[in-house]
Amino acid sequence: MNPAIRISIGALAISLATPAFAQIDFSGEWAPAYHEDGPERVPGPEIGDYLGMPLNEAARLQADSYDADRISVVNEYECRPHSADYGMRGLGDLRVTREINPTTQDLIAFHTYMPAWGSVRTIYMDGRPHPPDYAEHTWQGFSTGVWDGNTLIITTTHLKANYLRRNGIASSDKRTLTEYWARHRDYLTVVTHVVDPVMLTEPLVRSQNWTLDPGQKSQRMFCEYQPEVPGAPGAVPNHLPGANPFLHEVADWYGLPYEATRGGANTLYPEYQLTMPKPDKPPPAKCERFCVCTVLQDCNLHGAPPPR
Amino acid sequence: MQHRMSRVVLAAWALLGLAGRLEAQPNRGGPPQNFDNVELHLIPVQGNVYMLIGAGGNMTVQVGNEGVLLVDTMYAPLAPRIAAEIKKLSPGMIQYIIDTHVHGDHVGGNEALAKLGAPGASPTDTGGATIIAHENVVNRMTKPATAGQTPTATPGLPNDEYFTPTKDLYFNGEPIFIIHEPNAHTDGDSIVLFRRSDVISTGDIFTPERYPFIDRERGGSVQGLLDALNHIIHLTVPAHLQEGGTRVIPGHGRLCDEAEVVEFRNMITIVRDRVQDLIKKGMTLDQVKAAKPTLDYDTEFGSGDTFVEAVYQSLKNPPAKAASPR
Repeated sequence: MNPAIRISIGALAISLATPAFAQIDFSGEWAPAYHEDGPERVPGPEIGDYLGMPLNEAARLQADSYDADRISVVNEYECRPHSADYGMRGLGDLRVTREINPTTQDLIAFHTYMPAWGSVRTIYMDGRPHPPDYAEHTWQGFSTGVWDGNTLIITTTHLKANYLRRNGIASSDKRTLTEYWARHRDYLTVVTHVVDPVMLTEPLVRSQNWTLDPGQKSQRMFCEYQPEVPGAPGAVPNHLPGANPFLHEVADWYGLPYEATRGGANTLYPEYQLTMPKPDKPPPAKCERFCVCTVLQDCNLHGAPPPR
Repeated sequence: MQHRMSRVVLAAWALLGLAGRLEAQPNRGGPPQNFDNVELHLIPVQGNVYMLIGAGGNMTVQVGNEGVLLVDTMYAPLAPRIAAEIKKLSPGMIQYIIDTHVHGDHVGGNEALAKLGAPGASPTDTGGATIIAHENVVNRMTKPATAGQTPTATPGLPNDEYFTPTKDLYFNGEPIFIIHEPNAHTDGDSIVLFRRSDVISTGDIFTPERYPFIDRERGGSVQGLLDALNHIIHLTVPAHLQEGGTRVIPGHGRLCDEAEVVEFRNMITIVRDRVQDLIKKGMTLDQVKAAKPTLDYDTEFGSGDTFVEAVYQSLKNPPAKAASPR
């Protein structure tokens, strides 16, 4: 056979053996960027801030009933980690590694580690099915990924109930998380899409970014829960319906219409501005609260929070 | 034809001795129309404990050199298939059955499965497995339907009752604690702790995918239920970062750990607090229901009316404190 033809056939064979889809490598140490939704993520959301959340009536009442003492009084909450969806919002140093089949060189899975709560995820890329409904749920759920061009689409089920925002907006164990991972050189963007039939009237879509940081040294997470606040055994701090005195604070501090802070799908879109009521209190003349929050440590330096 | 079918079905249930016991389970959906269509799923939990999911209450299966121990027995018509599933795990005979409570979807298979037990294993020496339950379960199963009638033993009646706060035994190389939880789902609830395998079987005290059924007619109460759930939380130890560790097999629904019990307990506590507040304001049951104290949980669990009514009634008329402290 003509050597040129043989080389061509060989090249063809190699190309056929390579998966037809893209395989972007997300491996590396990624440092989170907090420029997007900063105050919500660090230092964290205010009580009563449901802005941008397509909540249903049930989720809103659950959030209204939330008493922040709960995370101290209910000891089991002290070490409760962020689940896979909220983990992307939190204190998210992120390490990604690949697991490759040494024989076939196929990608079996991506593994992620976040030192905040020591969260470990596996994103299976080998086409395995999700477990049946009766299988255990976990904080990080069960994830599988597929490629759409250079975008990795991850579907996560079997999540434990957790929170959509850590101010009492709960998520249910019936939610499905879809993520879209895209790498642009040293930047990673992850768009999350949460469908929660129990808490939301439409999907909750958020985006987060990281920058590649090869020198990042992730820490180990320790947590051991302890009684922090004396309380009656089995107490679950909660506000009775209509009796939470803190719900108006966020609207008043930032000069927002109270109705808008209550969330709901109708408040998400630009058309809402046409019907949005005026705030009860005007916005402050200059920033007074959490003005610079791109780094966790400086969040309270520019304007101390008003006394409660 | 439809009428004839109904009579056949009713007759079948009467023969099974289940009709009376199933009526006390509103919102449970009752037994399946056709047991042949029921899928059984046997899943490993940890240690030598497995969970069997099918129709009716979940079963717990513990296996080892000494044989097989079951917690609850689903429905009688499923017994042959349940036995076949157990045989996949162990060639040993069924030595013990523990009933978590009296309802037919948990004890329906007692008789048929006990017969598969080791001859002479029972203290009553009638052959078959020993069936353990709290004495209130036995009392409920032998109570005549009408006052003044002679009590009749239901088939599959427990033959090893206990009346103390706890009972323990050592089987298949591990300590097993049977713990009475007074006036919770019923007045005869037991949870079962497998100490080496680190698994708790809760019966219907914990049903993570539905509102709890507080069987007021059979001594259940919201405070007893909360006490039982808090006790389960006390017994469970999560592994790293609040996950895994002690596994919890609920009465219905998927395999869980402490985290799900905490969420379930929280929901009941919050609803209890709301109903208590409304009672203090002098509201009637209808007014309490109209106030929708479960509104924020109904999207997950369905209508909360039956649950709210049971909470209201058990706060207004709490059961007399039963049993001695553990």
